[in-house]
Amino acid sequence: MPNITPEITLSARNLTRRFGKLRAVHNVSLELKRGEVLGLLGHNGAGKTTTLQMLTGCLLPDNAEKDECSIEICGISLLRKPVLAKAHLGYLPESPPLYRELSVNDYLTFAARLRGMKAADVPVALAQALQRCGLEAAGKKIIGTLSRGYQQRVGIAQAIIHRPAVIVLDEPTVGLDPAQIRDIRSLIRELGDSHSVILSTHLLSEVESVCDRVEIMQRGKLIYGDTSAHMQQHGSVSGFIIGLHNPPPMSVLEGIAGISHVEQLSATQFRVLHGADQNPKAALLTLAEQQGWQLEQLTPLQATLEDVFVRITDAETAVMEEKQ
Amino acid sequence: MIRLLAMRELRSLFAMPSTWFILAALQFIFAWFFLARLEAFLGIQPQLAQLANPPGVTNTVAAPMFNTVALLLMMLVPLFTMRLIAEERRNQTLSLLLSAPLSDLHIVVGKFLGLLIFLVVLMTGVVLMLYSLALGTALDHGLLLSNILGLLLLTASYIALGLYISALTAQPIIAAIGALAVLLGLWLADIGAAAENSPWHSISPLHHFQNFNDGLLDSSDAAFFVLFTTVFLLLAIRRLHNNRVSG
Repeated sequence: MPNITPEITLSARNLTRRFGKLRAVHNVSLELKRGEVLGLLGHNGAGKTTTLQMLTGCLLPDNAEKDECSIEICGISLLRKPVLAKAHLGYLPESPPLYRELSVNDYLTFAARLRGMKAADVPVALAQALQRCGLEAAGKKIIGTLSRGYQQRVGIAQAIIHRPAVIVLDEPTVGLDPAQIRDIRSLIRELGDSHSVILSTHLLSEVESVCDRVEIMQRGKLIYGDTSAHMQQHGSVSGFIIGLHNPPPMSVLEGIAGISHVEQLSATQFRVLHGADQNPKAALLTLAEQQGWQLEQLTPLQATLEDVFVRITDAETAVMEEKQ
Repeated sequence: MIRLLAMRELRSLFAMPSTWFILAALQFIFAWFFLARLEAFLGIQPQLAQLANPPGVTNTVAAPMFNTVALLLMMLVPLFTMRLIAEERRNQTLSLLLSAPLSDLHIVVGKFLGLLIFLVVLMTGVVLMLYSLALGTALDHGLLLSNILGLLLLTASYIALGLYISALTAQPIIAAIGALAVLLGLWLADIGAAAENSPWHSISPLHHFQNFNDGLLDSSDAAFFVLFTTVFLLLAIRRLHNNRVSG
């Protein structure tokens, strides 16, 4: 690996891919910086896997022959110098590519050597990869005998063992139990500090918890791209839910300066909306204390990624329908 | 890289119990055939001794033995080649190779050599059996070497064909049946053509093996095997490349 690594580790321009009449991916451009985790979010069949296959050289883009599209990994063109570029790449496909008859150690050693690692460096890398993926105890076991979750970990270990600049993970947490999902997510987060990670998922919570940036894909196109924090703000509502054990009449709440709308959810709970630039929380709390309303709960209203996602995809569908 | 892939292929083969079983069963069959031939030879030896220029043990035991092995290979090689690429595709391990810093040439040649080494190990048993005759009599080393070379070239050409057919499909069974069908077809084309100089003879690998079997080293036969092997390896490389284009 070069000493001075370029800031941008992966850049793809104008990727297009058709399967017969179906346009799986259309004009997708992506950029990834070192130390960044990018989430590729979309429903099933949105073209996420096809995009990742193109980024890893398993599939050629339609316009690969011409100069219309380009994929560069650490500044090396994947389409022109595939062998050099792929050395900086770690890939976990949808189903982990495991030789079931080999032991975990043998398999990972093979994977490391396959990516051009020197035989002398392999033992250290192997130990580190096993430790990172929580596989220390499984090293001598035959892969075919491992559970689904452990096989997935071996799949991830195979993608990171040669410490590539770019790690591509296709739905890394699919089929795992909640505890394993948590482990894998923290591992991805950790990997994101020193490598660039791009992962595809249809789980919004995954994007929320591990990704720095998100690109939303629908019908083969990227329809939205921003940091995942921004995405949560996108279309969010200013307001909170307040629970008062001894509530005053609605009119009193509505009368507080800055509050634009109050809605009663239950006998003691109210949804309070306010303008984006004003925050009447302080005034409300003071009043509650003075008047003995007995505050029980105060939860800020936050649009979840689900809301945002549905909003964005709906807007996109509406635009497309208008055009037709 | 090629060596690494070949070693992986071997490691996977030897990790499977069925490989050991096949190895054992084949050695048993070969040994049985060898002993039966030897017995027949010992039975007719007194009559042979009365001939002016009697055929030796190499001619009567070793050459037919190699001929049988060559025939058996036709059925055996598809069983091993079927897994090479079809199974990688079915288990989705192919994407590991496709996303690794290798060219398609590395993948194909690595797999080819891996299996070739395995089959050479398998046939070493046969050669050792035949050389055990050297304990009791003098052997015709020239004939033996020409047979060994012929068998090696024949195996290589069968593997190349099987490898290409395995690259066409994602189902190992279909790859096995396909390779077997083509090999049988080539053989039938050879034995079915009545005329001595029929062009059908020249497309059959087994026909080209006959000269080696008789102890005749003909460069055109060797060239046939090299061409046959190269063409199918190139086709397999081409197919892997198309795999990326057509998905």
